[in-house]
Amino acid sequence: MTVSTMASAEGAVAAPARLRRRSFYPGWFFLPAAVIYGVLFLAPTFASLYFSLTRWTLFNSTFIGFENFVQFFREPFLVQGLVNTVIYAVVTSGLKVVIGLLLGVLLTSQIQARGYLRSVVFFPVLVSTVGVGITFTVLMHPTQGMINEGLALIGIKGPGWLTDPRLALLSVALVDVWKGVGLATVIYIAGIVAIPKDYYEAARIDGATRLQNFFYVTLPLCRPATVTVITLSFIGGLRTFDLIWAMTRGGPGFASDTVASVIYKQYQAGFYGLSTAGNVVLFALIAVLVVPLTMLLNRREGHE
Amino acid sequence: MSLIRRYWLSAVAILVSIVVFLVPFAFIILTAFKDQQQSAVLDFSWPTGFHLWDNVVEVASTRNWMLITAFINSTILTVASVTLLVILAAMVGFVLQRRKARWNGVVEFLILAGLMIPPAVVPTIWLLQGVGLFGKLHGLVLIEVAYGLPFSILLYRAFIATIPRELDEAAIIDGARPLDVFFRVILPLLWPVTVTNIVVQSVAVFNDFTNPLYYLPGNQNATVQLTLYNFQSQFNTSYNLLFTNILLITIPPLIVFLFFNRQIVAGMTAGAVKG
Repeated sequence: MTVSTMASAEGAVAAPARLRRRSFYPGWFFLPAAVIYGVLFLAPTFASLYFSLTRWTLFNSTFIGFENFVQFFREPFLVQGLVNTVIYAVVTSGLKVVIGLLLGVLLTSQIQARGYLRSVVFFPVLVSTVGVGITFTVLMHPTQGMINEGLALIGIKGPGWLTDPRLALLSVALVDVWKGVGLATVIYIAGIVAIPKDYYEAARIDGATRLQNFFYVTLPLCRPATVTVITLSFIGGLRTFDLIWAMTRGGPGFASDTVASVIYKQYQAGFYGLSTAGNVVLFALIAVLVVPLTMLLNRREGHE
Repeated sequence: MSLIRRYWLSAVAILVSIVVFLVPFAFIILTAFKDQQQSAVLDFSWPTGFHLWDNVVEVASTRNWMLITAFINSTILTVASVTLLVILAAMVGFVLQRRKARWNGVVEFLILAGLMIPPAVVPTIWLLQGVGLFGKLHGLVLIEVAYGLPFSILLYRAFIATIPRELDEAAIIDGARPLDVFFRVILPLLWPVTVTNIVVQSVAVFNDFTNPLYYLPGNQNATVQLTLYNFQSQFNTSYNLLFTNILLITIPPLIVFLFFNRQIVAGMTAGAVKG
């Protein structure tokens, strides 16, 4: 009771001051951004919920209920796109976490040519994805490609990276890791550098080995970096389109199709309703997988 | 770590980095120097003759100087959308951080949603057609702004939190109007994070492939990433030209990287430490 009266009394006193201050942080500053974002992002997102339930020609739409979604979960090649998307996201984000963390530890240690190594690992992040895709398509050529020629030198017969249906998706995922691991690495470097030196000091006094240092000091204390890397690369992996399109166009067959490439293919074919349903499925997939993932990651952090 | 072991580790790391990261780039450069015959072998060899300039001229003049048009388009697209992004995001970040309003929660939710939700492609095309912006460069500029806003706002809001409120109050007492407070007191102080924003978003917009593919069809409108895609089928026997094109469109990001390496890393790792 007293609390509430105090609060309201305080509010009464603060109100005029807040009113005056309010005008110095004008609400219309939100307006231009809100209009652009609302019209070009939010409105289409809401519209997609309706149009995914229709057969649509852009000029008129017929309501057909959940038929598009039924088709999405019945057609084998569409289902495969869904499965591929999840595999791709798990593989790329998993590898980026492991390799990024190892590189982060390596590049914060007393190693020679640290600046050069950091630059060279990070630079691919800034290069055009399509350019990288085309380059690696050539490098992964089954007979003439440099990768297989290099493997032949040491006596290994390289596989058809992009022509073998079982390998195509994983090959693209590997290129994604090549291009994106630099970002994971710099995030880990930032996280590791921020760990106070006292922890390592204390561990050293307790006689910790370097492996124990890694598992009991570095790993738990750079957890925020891990959370960032996982979330970023998982969402990125689920949404990936340009690399797949530049390298395999979803082929051979439908072996490396993802939801994003299915959306583009259906759009090209003129099945706008189905394409939009793909968008809603991708949205749902991200919501269903990423929201619990971030909640899990953040909750554990709170306990430690 | 003993000295010898450290040198071993360094040597191995440098060797691996050369094979994994430098060889692909060297391959791009070498192939761009070759003539068509030699480039068709797809091997990692020294060019027999230096044809870079011939290749550049041929790539540039293909399809009625499409690459030149594309570079102009990409430059306009990048400059216009990043300028808008910086100003609008700074305005939102400023008011969002300074003013405790009831709808701040809603705004923050929308920002997170914008980072996660994939844009609904066909409805966006339908909408752009409705307002006459489909296939227009300024339509794509607005699209890039809409998609880039959430990230830029987050960067600005975090930075504005480090600028003491007393500065605003001092300006207000000195008789500054609301617009002066923002444009003459706060905005200049935001320069470091503005540079980060400009660099990160320019690279993102310049390298964007998906959005021009969907929202800006047509040869006259091509951006540099689309030229690569268009030439992929046309040049499927002339790898020297394809790789010359890759080399040419890698130069702008390379320049940005050489000058703004630190700002890029700062922008991209923002939030990694705090979580």
